[in-house]
Amino acid sequence: MTSHSAAELVRLDASAMAGALRAGEVSSVELTQAHLDRIAEVDGPVESGVHAFLHVDAEGALARARELDAARSRGEELHELAGVPVAVKDVMVTRGMPSTAGSRMLEGWVPPYDATVVEQMRAAGLVTLGKTNMDEFAMGSSTEHSAFGPTRNPWAADRIPGGSGGGSAAALAAFEAPLATGTDTGGSIRQPAAVTGTVGVKPTYGGVSRYGLIALASSLDQGGPCARTVLDTALLHEVMGGHDPRDSTSLTDPVPAVVAAAREGARGDLTGVRVGVVREMGRAGHDEGYQAGVLARFEEALDHLRAAGAEVVEVGCPNVEHALGAYYLILPSEASSNLARYDGMRYGLRVVPADVDPAEVTAEQVMAATRAEGFGPEAKRRIILGTYALSSGYYDAYYGSAQKIRTLVQRDFDAAFEQVDVLVSPTAPTTAFRLGEKLDDPLAMYRGDVATIPANLAGIPGMSLPVGLAPEDGLPVGLQLLAPAREDARLYRVGAALEARLHAQWGGKLLDRVPDWTAASTTGAPA
Amino acid sequence: MPALPREEVAHLARLARIDMPDAELDHLAEQLTAIVDAVASVTGAVARAEAESGQPVPATSHPVPLRNVTRPDVVVRTLTAADALAAAPESEDDKFRVPRILGEDA
Repeated sequence: MTSHSAAELVRLDASAMAGALRAGEVSSVELTQAHLDRIAEVDGPVESGVHAFLHVDAEGALARARELDAARSRGEELHELAGVPVAVKDVMVTRGMPSTAGSRMLEGWVPPYDATVVEQMRAAGLVTLGKTNMDEFAMGSSTEHSAFGPTRNPWAADRIPGGSGGGSAAALAAFEAPLATGTDTGGSIRQPAAVTGTVGVKPTYGGVSRYGLIALASSLDQGGPCARTVLDTALLHEVMGGHDPRDSTSLTDPVPAVVAAAREGARGDLTGVRVGVVREMGRAGHDEGYQAGVLARFEEALDHLRAAGAEVVEVGCPNVEHALGAYYLILPSEASSNLARYDGMRYGLRVVPADVDPAEVTAEQVMAATRAEGFGPEAKRRIILGTYALSSGYYDAYYGSAQKIRTLVQRDFDAAFEQVDVLVSPTAPTTAFRLGEKLDDPLAMYRGDVATIPANLAGIPGMSLPVGLAPEDGLPVGLQLLAPAREDARLYRVGAALEARLHAQWGGKLLDRVPDWTAASTTGAPA
Repeated sequence: MPALPREEVAHLARLARIDMPDAELDHLAEQLTAIVDAVASVTGAVARAEAESGQPVPATSHPVPLRNVTRPDVVVRTLTAADALAAAPESEDDKFRVPRILGEDA
């Protein structure tokens, strides 16, 4: 029935896969099998494969694909994306499928319920391939803090795929899945997108339900879509978005019309759109730590925006320079509270200390032993840092000041959006760094989040999309778009316009240039 | 300049219920000192902003105003006891079984 080879199938956009399914050119079973074969080809072994997946549910995926094919052949009305495969970040709980959040603490845990986003995707007929790798409890920018081994960047096997959602981004870039989910607390959707040449969106805070998302920092966490094109990202966004009565912070607004915005933007006309370049994110005088090739590609993207008719101006958001400090006080404070639930009592790991008589052991001794063994170094660092920031005597100076910086950052964005419709910056100051390079230098790792964190503090939506390869290392560069709260559609309109112009310039997509994985994995230095 | 002495990190680890061997404490104290050094600049930044404007800066705990949400008091399907206990390290009589919660001197 198929008119595409398996190798061609997995490289199609999700929207093209959906079209082929509707046209009867391919079945969901064939499409799903092609992705499972691709995963088998490139994802393992743990030591040298892409390792984007922590769990692959081949049987469940094929069973679901068969159901959808049967429903289609009966003439049932199906969602636009029905039958298209998706990879789910392991921070989202899945009934009957292991959900570890990249932690030993939850190794082997099979949740008794589905996250709302997982229910929404199932209802739309998306086929879950499996669960993707991530930094433990979404703490990290490299996926090296996964308890189950790092994910490798499909562009170069010795490079990080970003984090925390490196598994989802790498699965997209290695053609193991056309769509994936992420969560973004300080950049965990946008930064992996930037360093893998893919697209990722952090919606407005409250735009996607947090029910069933294993919590890191509840006032910052936001689920969102990841894909290879702006339109595909929009299609998944509309599936995941919307009000959820089970999440008290869920917005009651209807899902923004992001698909229509992406289609409008793809025409390439941005006449009348005002674009603000954030001075404190890489402009002259504020470019310390920014790689030259990243800035060069960003500058070219600004030219494309001008050529599309946008008015590009520079705007100041002076307090974003303090956002990193505020974030690394607020996040650990909230995380130390959220992660207190892992106590070895009700689910997850329980460790009974070896040096205590099991009949005499106390709950407190079990907790301390369980948490010592169950949490990795980054989780422990942040829990202790949060415990410190919240302790009496330091609370006002640290956590209290951080909350005030949060106000100042919000005010800066409010003022900027009086002048412009969207803001832009490089997503990350550098391209993908080498595995191991920053593993034991947490502060250096944190500094990579400098441009993504402010959006989380303010609750505004952000997108990263690829704008080329840095000349010095041939690795992808991402541009970040920011919009006011509830104006997610603007990201898609401007993002799609920029993408259309870049695709025309490149004669295709950036991912057309990703090296064949077998070649990439042999040229990369051993990790 | 704030510094986190090893003893303080040991105290915080006890508060956070994480057993931590000496070598780990030393390494963590060094890293946390560097991190706290870097993030402590927020205090000065707020003081400058307040001095410049002559106004206190209000704190923001959440990006959107929070209000409590309730649902109608109707019976809905919830997890069964078997589902809730399925992942428990130990259970007994439809309950979680845990180690004793009181120490010798309690």
